[in-house]
Formats: sequence, structure tokens, C-alpha cells
Amino acid sequence: MANDVLQEMTRQGYKYGFSSDIAADRVPPGLNEDIVRLISSKKNEPQWLLDWRLAAFRKWLTMKEPTWAKVSYPAIDYQAITYYSAPKPKAAGPKSLDEVDPEIKKMYEKLGISLAEQGRLQGVAVDAVLDSASVATTFKGQLAEMGIIFCSFSEAVREHPELVKKHLGSVVPVADNFFATLNSAVFSDGSFCYIPKGVKCPLELSTYFRINAAGTGQFERTLIIAEEGSYVSYLEGCTAPMRDENQLHAAVVELVAMDDAEIKYSTVQNWYPGDKNGKGGIYNFVTKRGLCKGKRSKISWTQVETGSAITWKYPSCILQGDDSVGEFYSVALTNDYQQADTGTKMIHVGKRTSSTIVSKGISAGHGQNTYRGQVKILKSAEGARNYSQCDSLLMSDTCGAHTFPVIDVQNPTAVMEHEATTSKVSDDQIFYLRQRGMSQADAVSLIVNGFCKSVFRKLPMEFTVEAQNLLDLKLEGSVG
Amino acid sequence: MSPNNHASKTSAPLLEVKDLHVEVNGKEILKGLSLTVRAGEVHAIMGPNGSGKSTLAHILAGRPGYTVTKGSVHYHGKDLLALEPEERARDGLFLAFQYPVEIAGVANTYFLREAMNAIRKHQGKEEMDAVDFLDLVKEKAALVGMDERFLTRGVNEGFSGGEKKRNEILQMAVLEPRLCVLDETDSGLDIDALRTVAEGVNKLRSPERAMVVVTHYQRLLDHIVPDFVHVLQGGRIVKSGDKRLALELEKSGYETVKA
Repeated sequence: MANDVLQEMTRQGYKYGFSSDIAADRVPPGLNEDIVRLISSKKNEPQWLLDWRLAAFRKWLTMKEPTWAKVSYPAIDYQAITYYSAPKPKAAGPKSLDEVDPEIKKMYEKLGISLAEQGRLQGVAVDAVLDSASVATTFKGQLAEMGIIFCSFSEAVREHPELVKKHLGSVVPVADNFFATLNSAVFSDGSFCYIPKGVKCPLELSTYFRINAAGTGQFERTLIIAEEGSYVSYLEGCTAPMRDENQLHAAVVELVAMDDAEIKYSTVQNWYPGDKNGKGGIYNFVTKRGLCKGKRSKISWTQVETGSAITWKYPSCILQGDDSVGEFYSVALTNDYQQADTGTKMIHVGKRTSSTIVSKGISAGHGQNTYRGQVKILKSAEGARNYSQCDSLLMSDTCGAHTFPVIDVQNPTAVMEHEATTSKVSDDQIFYLRQRGMSQADAVSLIVNGFCKSVFRKLPMEFTVEAQNLLDLKLEGSVG
Repeated sequence: MSPNNHASKTSAPLLEVKDLHVEVNGKEILKGLSLTVRAGEVHAIMGPNGSGKSTLAHILAGRPGYTVTKGSVHYHGKDLLALEPEERARDGLFLAFQYPVEIAGVANTYFLREAMNAIRKHQGKEEMDAVDFLDLVKEKAALVGMDERFLTRGVNEGFSGGEKKRNEILQMAVLEPRLCVLDETDSGLDIDALRTVAEGVNKLRSPERAMVVVTHYQRLLDHIVPDFVHVLQGGRIVKSGDKRLALELEKSGYETVKA
């Protein structure tokens, strides 16, 4: 009985499925050296960056698309993809929020992201990435006074080339993997963030990504550097318009934390997952990695993944500095025919490094949810610790949950803990809550939110509510 | 407490079960059960295992999986069987479960406030905010002798049997139902736990509230003294009386009451 209800409830259409009518400046589809050169020239990039892109492209030509993930999809025609699209600048481009294209503004309003209001009322600085080029940046002045740089990647290349050159590819090398290498060749824009020594960033830095032009691959590049003793919390939130064809998204995120620095990176992802029959939807093949370079540095990844047709994503930490800390908190929801293969890698290099992994997978409909994790304790990592917890919640008889934890310990002083559970939302639980006056929808929502709580509480406050609403939205149905 | 001290024989019944026949998986469990409960009364339903006691409790609460083949149930005049479980709950029907389930990660107070606000909304009242609710729930916790640390823990998460049962009574105290159905509330409790749970229940007795206490053993009725005792056997009530009937059963067993 609960099954029917859950099925109903999990059949919720994609609410943010609209596309806006913005004149796009795009290159022809296909990928070759000329396209790479064209992208670079459109962005007026220096020669070193073009060379870097070309090296990546040549490497990519020799690489094969990975097949080890537990996901299946038709072969991607990389020559059919358009690799660059940016909103056409009207005159020289917006100088302030007032000059932002009203169409873009309208779109943000539909999403509930009014730049001005969001920025001013909530104290969030939004570097809004629409398709590929940044259209507006707020709070720059206030941040600049503290020496914090928060800007689009293109701007960082122009204004702070030495910082970009030093760190770009230092965490995710050019030849790291097929998708990261592709990104290195064709990335269009993204965010750059630099927190100087000793500075605690007072705002949650936030970027809203949005995929817009049909058939345009999104290749975002994010680089965050936290110098000694600094702190930053970074939010990434995404929604995308409804599209019939698959859209490839292959982002790269690199984080660098120096001595005593802390980076908190939170994501709420709600890209178009395809329709009820599994048609369409975003392919989200992302490489996210943080380097705890300094002593006592800390990097936390928190993600709530509810969208995309396919998610292939393993935000990881390299714990190089002694006593450094890596964390991964994840909620992944798959519904209808969504597939998610997600998890983390914790590579312990330094002494007394510690890592925590909490993964919550929710499968509904025909969704397939895979946790894939690797904890590696190198010989040098004396006294390392890891705690892993992987829980799966099943909401139908047709979905699947899979767990592939790999533990590789090369130093006998390591302390490893691993816990895993699989449970199903039971008729008894739903009846219990209904007997206390709650509707079926509220009952399911309460159970799911309880399941995710240990991850949600790691999100910044304003994101917690957003994440809960998002899950409710995804699981809410037409139950009358 | 003397029998019927709250009850008024002349008032309209709060609950009226007439010739109820219920099947589970094609097997008839209740075979013509009738029961009338008025506000203020406490009725004990006693019977051996398999007599249909829990079925009665579940059918009143609207648990899915039961089929009514004949008979009727009216709750203050309404056709109870036509209502969804949550509609019954919002209308003041409360079931204290024999096996309360765990809801991991959902704080007890949060869950209770959600439940209470669902009921208040139904009553056209304003929802209660977290601060006011916390004061209320603390007061009720004291009433049923529950340690406050259980309020912030997950619903029944890692609770002992006694703690779970006490949590049921706490919920009853907070939600202030008109009709309480207690399903084997004594099962799994040691004598001290039984006493404190029973004390909590007794504090909730009132002229406006009726209780149907389902139990296998007489011992619970030492503490929650009923106005009426009914013996349920083979799916029907075979004998009714006052609290002395329970004592009689304790002495001579269920065999002797067979009609």
C-alpha cells in the first residue's frame, strides 16, 4: 500500500523546467584544436592558458571514456556538442546589477534567486554563472576590502594570472581523467576564490549555476584557495531548464587549503533528471577534489544531489598536511530512471590525518544509487583515522542501492571504522505517523528528512531549508 | 477511583461499534463485535491471544490491511470506517501502539509538534511555534514522568520497551485526544515501568475523554481501574461487567467465561 503512495509521490514533475530567451553567442558544434583556440580567443586569454588548453586537448584525444561506473547511457557524440555559449554582451556588458539583462533577471526571479535581494537581504554574495559567462557579481567591494577575491574564472585569469597559473591543475592534473581533461581543454568559465592569510570570510560565497542554451555542454572550472589560517564557506546551487536532449556537464572543482585553513564546500544540485521514462536529462560528470596542503587544514564537502539523469561525482580530499581533516557528507536521491554513482576518495598522506564519510542514498522509482568510496592510508600516514557510514533508503521495489567501499591501508597504526545500513520506508512507519495526524506526504517527508539529518545539519543554515524543500519537492506527488 | 464516576449513562455514545465483522487475509477475526463507549468511561477489553483484541485496536485506528465485511463503527455520530487514519487522528482518536516504531533522525519534539499542528490546523487553530510548544511538551513530560533528554532524541530511537511505551503516553498527553485506544500498553514492562505508565494514563482520565484499554493481563487494571471490563473471545464480546470481572478472570482464567 505504501508502495503505491510512494510511487505516486515520487512522480513529481520538474518544477524549474523553463528556458529563457536570451541571445546566445555560441561557437559551432564539434571539437578540434580550432575550437579550443576559438574559445580561448573569445575570452582574450593569454598564451600560457591557450597552451595549457591545447596540451589538455591533445592528451584527451589519447584517452578513453571511463566505463567502470555503475551507470549506463548511449554513447556520447563529442562532435555534436557545442562547447561554448555566452550571453551576448549588450554594449560593453553590465557594470552593475541594474544593467543586467532583464531576461536574466526574470529567470532568477522564477528560480527565487533575485540577485539584489538574495545578496543584500541574506548577506550572500552571488557570482551568477548563466550558461558560461558570469553576468554579475555582488559584494565584491566589501570582500575586496578584506583582500578576498571572488570573481569569475575569466576575470581571475585577467586580473590575477599569477594565482591562477600557480594553482590551476595543481589538485586535478590536466591528465587526471577523461572528463577532467576534456574540461581543461574547453572550460568556459566558472568561479575563482582567494582568501588571504588569516582572513575569515564573513559571507557564505554562493554561485548559482544554470544550464541554458540547448545542446550546450557546460564546462565550469572552479578554483578556491584558502591561505594560512583562513576560512571560507562556499555554496554551489543548481537548477536547469527542461530539455529533451541530453546535456553533458563536466565541471572541475579544485580546492587548496594551506596551514590551519578551512574550506567548506556545499552543493545542492537539482538539474533536469529526464522525464518519467528516462528520456533526456543532464549527464553530470564532475571532478571535485580538495588538497589539504597545510598542517591542520580542513576541507569539508557537503552535497545534496537530487537532479541529473546520470551523476558521476566523487568529491575527494588529499590529506597531505599533518593533522589535516577531510569530510564528505552526501545525500543522493535517484528517482524514475536516474542513475547516481557517487562517493568520495580520502587519500591520507600526512600524519594523524583524519577523515569522515557519511553517505545517504535514497532510491525511488527505478532509480539506481551507487556509493563508491576509497579510503587510502599511505605508509607515511602514521596514526590516521577514518570513519565511514553508508546508509541506503529504498522507496520502491524497482529501485536499487549499491555500495562499493574500498579500503586500502598501508600503515598498521590506522584506525578504520565502517558502518552500512539498508532500509526501506515501512508501512508501519507511515501508519504510525498518519495515526498521529500527518498526511502520507508529510509522513514520507518526515522519514526521509530524518534519514538525511546528519548530512543536512552540515549544510549552511539557508541551504538546510532549501535542501529539505528540494527533497520534499522531489518526493511530493499528486496525492489528493 | 470508583467505576462510572465520570460517566453519564444518558450522554450520546462517543464510540459505537455494532456487529462488527473483520477479515484479515481472508480469515475472519472479529465475528460480530459490539461495544458502546461514552465520554468519561474507561473500558478494558480482555482476552486470550488471538481473540482479536489488537485487530479491534487497529481497525479503530484505520490500519490498512483489514476488511470490514459487516457491521458499523460510529465515532461521535460519524462513520469512522469512512475516514482515513489521519482524519481519525485529527478528530481526536489516538492509538497507543503495542510496538511503537522508530523514526531515525526525527527529534521527538519535532515529530510531536508536527502531529499537534496537523491536529490544530484541522481544528482551525493557529499552529504552535517551537518555543511555546517546548514549554508545553516539557510540562507534559513531567506529567508522565519522562526524562527531558528523551525529547530531543529521535522518535523511539534506541528507547527501551518501557521508554517507548511512556513515549506513547507522552504523545497522548500532548495531543489530548477524545478517545484513547491503548493496545497492550503493559506488554514488555516491568512492574515499576508499568506503574509509572499507568500513573500517566490515570492523569489523563477526564469526563470528556474515553479510553479503551486492550490487555491480556489483569495486572494493568490494578493501576488503571476500568469502569467496564469486556471479555473478548473468538472475535466477539462474550461477557461484560465491572472491574470485578477482571479479578475473576485473573483467578479462574479465560476458559471459565466461555458462554
